[in-house]
Amino acid sequence: MNTHPYIPNFATVQDTWYETYGDRCIKTFKVGFDDEEVRDSWTHLPGQCAMIGVLGTGESMISISCSPTEGKFLRFSVMRAGKVTKALHELEAGDKMTVRGPYGNNFPIDEWKGKNIITIGGGIGQAPLRPVIEYVRAKKSEYGELTVVYGARTSADLCFKGEFGELARIENTCYHLSVDVKEEGWPHYVGFVPALLMEVNPSPENTIAITCGPPIMINFVLQNLKKLNFPDDQIYTTLENRMKCGIGKCGRCNAGNLYVCKDGPVFSYATLKNVPEAFA
Amino acid sequence: MKLNKDKLADFLAAIPGKTIFGPQLCGETLKFTAITKAGDLCLTANNTNVPPKSVVFPQTETMLRFEQWATDIKTAEPAGEIVLFGIKPCDARAMLIVDNVFSWGVEDPYYLTRRTNSTLVGLACLDPCVNCFCTSMGGGPTSTDGLDLLLTDLGNSYLLEVLTGKGEVLCQAAGKLLCEASGADKDAAKLLQEKAAVQIRRQIDPSGVQARLPALWESPVWEKISASCLGCGICTYLCPTCHCFDMQDETEGVESRRCRTWDSCMFSEYTLHASGHNPRPTRRERTRNRINHKFSYFVDKFKVIACVGCGRCINHCPVNIDILDILSKVGEDVL
Repeated sequence: MNTHPYIPNFATVQDTWYETYGDRCIKTFKVGFDDEEVRDSWTHLPGQCAMIGVLGTGESMISISCSPTEGKFLRFSVMRAGKVTKALHELEAGDKMTVRGPYGNNFPIDEWKGKNIITIGGGIGQAPLRPVIEYVRAKKSEYGELTVVYGARTSADLCFKGEFGELARIENTCYHLSVDVKEEGWPHYVGFVPALLMEVNPSPENTIAITCGPPIMINFVLQNLKKLNFPDDQIYTTLENRMKCGIGKCGRCNAGNLYVCKDGPVFSYATLKNVPEAFA
Repeated sequence: MKLNKDKLADFLAAIPGKTIFGPQLCGETLKFTAITKAGDLCLTANNTNVPPKSVVFPQTETMLRFEQWATDIKTAEPAGEIVLFGIKPCDARAMLIVDNVFSWGVEDPYYLTRRTNSTLVGLACLDPCVNCFCTSMGGGPTSTDGLDLLLTDLGNSYLLEVLTGKGEVLCQAAGKLLCEASGADKDAAKLLQEKAAVQIRRQIDPSGVQARLPALWESPVWEKISASCLGCGICTYLCPTCHCFDMQDETEGVESRRCRTWDSCMFSEYTLHASGHNPRPTRRERTRNRINHKFSYFVDKFKVIACVGCGRCINHCPVNIDILDILSKVGEDVL
């Protein structure tokens, strides 16, 4: 096991599947570390990220989209967008990727025991929220109500589609899905996620709201959470910015005086509301 | 202690097992490069064009080497002992500032190994440039911050001031090459140093800048300042406190390397998301970030301004953007 911060660990892809299709398709990778020592010593919590990559192409910072409660493997849901993510999409079961991390802070999820949790996601922004949902599911008796609000442009753009049905069967848990424009046979909400949030109309009483999605969606969700009287310190979001090192050296991921890679990616709105670049 | 200039070659030759870097003219560019003889040194000129950060944080360096389909990753060889000979006090202070970044949280092995293995022999800045403003940024032309040894040019000799154990090692190696400095030598050095301090004409009080910056976030001042900016990045490349880097993989045949190169917050690609979204889409936002980073964010994190007043960004900007002019606009009554 290496302790060098820039030498990645190898992980073998155990399974892959597509969440969405098209030019900017999203592919999920389930991977396991090759080195037993790394596998045993690795710990992460919901909200954290990892630098994953393909040797010879590069690395990208990607949210870890599984909860540690799911087992000794990692999941990453990657949208095909740039050079590295295109190379990652070439990987199939049995191929190797590189992983270093985990990086960043996590949702203070253990401090939220006894509280209700509502996640509000848009598009690929559901990836960092999924581990929260899975973590709370695994320890459901320790939490209050779990509400999942999630939307995408079309039903084909929704990630983790197969998992929502199960949520409905869990005690004190519900989900609300939306698509931006009307589709034939769509049984759920039609409209943008911030509007769906108002329909769901959650009470701020003993409730933590977590949101992630495109910057424009986060902006409106925050405004609506304020309309619903959520106090700043009960609102959390997770930010993303371009990153290279992941460890606070390369400079670029700052939002104001905060480095997303080290100070974040998870921030409470109480912190972010004073950071002028946070939602740029 | 004193070193006669005719003994300089012997002094350098006596340094055991260390690679010596000093200011050397490469074409038209003065920069720190490895020297083999004293004659290569250019110690009379003003500060180097390229700051000596290039020795401890090279413009491009290989971080990892690997072969295609292999699972064996090699890191670069650990750096040997080095001496930076003739570094100006501002650049030595800058290294102390950058040390904060590379040792914050996770330690950066490449940079910190070179820093640990380096001895900084300073040369007092007796003839500051017209755009130097080190005294406003907490330094001075004869500041000893970060130095192991300070040399003051007395004409025919250098007065040596030993500042650390590392500096002491060099003096011990030099042995009889050094002679005792007389009271008159010390007085002469003091006079030269005082004269240099007076020559720093450009001054600013940065104490109010950080407090003023938040209120100026949406100010038209950033548009005005950045209107002439070409986005060439020279202000950041040649800044001794700028530390941003990019990481890229390169492949030739079956051999690949992961390398890092200096990057600049003045480039649009620096913050460009893969989605096409850019949180700093124009030079207005990028200029605003550069100033806020140096005079506010860095101060929040490390309690020090990320500027040493070396004047390079002023001297080399192709469109005469002047950081002191920016600071004076930030706090109208400051200059």
